Amino acid sequence: MPEILDQARTQVLENGVGLDEAGVLAVLRLPDEHLPAALQLAHDVRMRWCGPEVEVEGIVSLKTGGCPEDCHFCSQSGLFASPVRSVWLDIPSLVEAAKQTAATGATEFCIVAAVRGPDERLMKQMREGVAAIRAEVDIQVAASLGMLTQAQVDELVAMGVHRYNHNLETCRSYFPNVVTTHSWEERWETLTMVRASGMEVCCGGILGLGETVEQRAEFAAQLAELDPHEVPLNFLNPRPGTPLGDRPVVEGRDALRAIAAFRLAMPRTILRYAGGREITLGDLGTRDGLLGGINAVIVGNYLTTLGRPADSDLALLEELKMPVKALSATL
Amino acid sequence: MTTTAIWCDRCGEPAAGADHGTCRTARELEPPRFCSRCRRRMKVQILPAGWTATCVEHGLTRS
Ligand code: SF4
Ligand SMILES: [Zn+2]
Ligand SMILES: [Zn+2]
Repeated sequence: MPEILDQARTQVLENGVGLDEAGVLAVLRLPDEHLPAALQLAHDVRMRWCGPEVEVEGIVSLKTGGCPEDCHFCSQSGLFASPVRSVWLDIPSLVEAAKQTAATGATEFCIVAAVRGPDERLMKQMREGVAAIRAEVDIQVAASLGMLTQAQVDELVAMGVHRYNHNLETCRSYFPNVVTTHSWEERWETLTMVRASGMEVCCGGILGLGETVEQRAEFAAQLAELDPHEVPLNFLNPRPGTPLGDRPVVEGRDALRAIAAFRLAMPRTILRYAGGREITLGDLGTRDGLLGGINAVIVGNYLTTLGRPADSDLALLEELKMPVKALSATL
Repeated sequence: MTTTAIWCDRCGEPAAGADHGTCRTARELEPPRFCSRCRRRMKVQILPAGWTATCVEHGLTRS
């Protein structure tokens, strides 16, 4: 057994203390033959500190495309020649999306908008939309609307939004290679306000943007410092027309190594499989991840791409004897 | 893509004369983006369990 896994067994599994940056890097550098042991340990850590439940979430785009920011992976930036057209979802469709999500047994519904931060039109749509969902659908509402002002944070709390997603996307040292229209620190500021408001913090990112293995470890350590309630882990799905449109996808074993390493850095967080798992890991990846530290999934479609049908993910959870977290357990 | 497709609904290039194998594979996990009859970019809305794509000229397609 490699030394780092022995260390992690005591430190993370027994004592619940996450690995630091050097420890994460050692896991990311494990040779293939030790990957199964790393995944098994990450799975044990998840079972010990989080339990067998899996949190299921659905997401929808309230405002798609035409974003003024330049995140190089994103097909919704208005600055690239992406085929994604700008469009708003109306309130009845938003409620319908929440109903489709609830029908899968999911407890979380996240409303996402492609913006730098909300303007009055978006906040109004949120007020009406969240109220309509809460009146008709039994599900917790989360939001992801970019950078916020304090007044907007307060208003989201008042609407009953219980969790806010704002991804750091990548580590601090690599961020300027991926985004030039705002800074990593500005994102961190929004996260600090969200945390102080009492909303749950959801913050993750995308692997495969061209960052080094060292920078992947740096990112895990920075997330661990933030200590979010949830970390969504995406793998780059290169989008036509974006500056990263020609990048290779993350190799499957590297993706699994990262899942194990992020779990060992953050034993108690909700570690969610988000976008790109189908592309990077194929059909088997979902199972491997759920047995390697992942304890949450996005079911159904994503914002601009499609996911596996919810049924196949739910059938897999049943086969793995991992119960879907119930609403009563989350309230 | 239907048999009457003139344009690839993923990349917007002529359907004939080029191999759109990658596009076809990608389309299993993506909605269409271009109208296959007129090449206009469509307004696409994705919900957790389905999608719609609308061409101003040729109307709505759904999953
Ligand atoms: S801010 Fe969000 S929607 Fe806008 S370009 Fe960046 S990732 Fe895309
Ligand atoms: Zn094509
Ligand atoms: Zn058309």
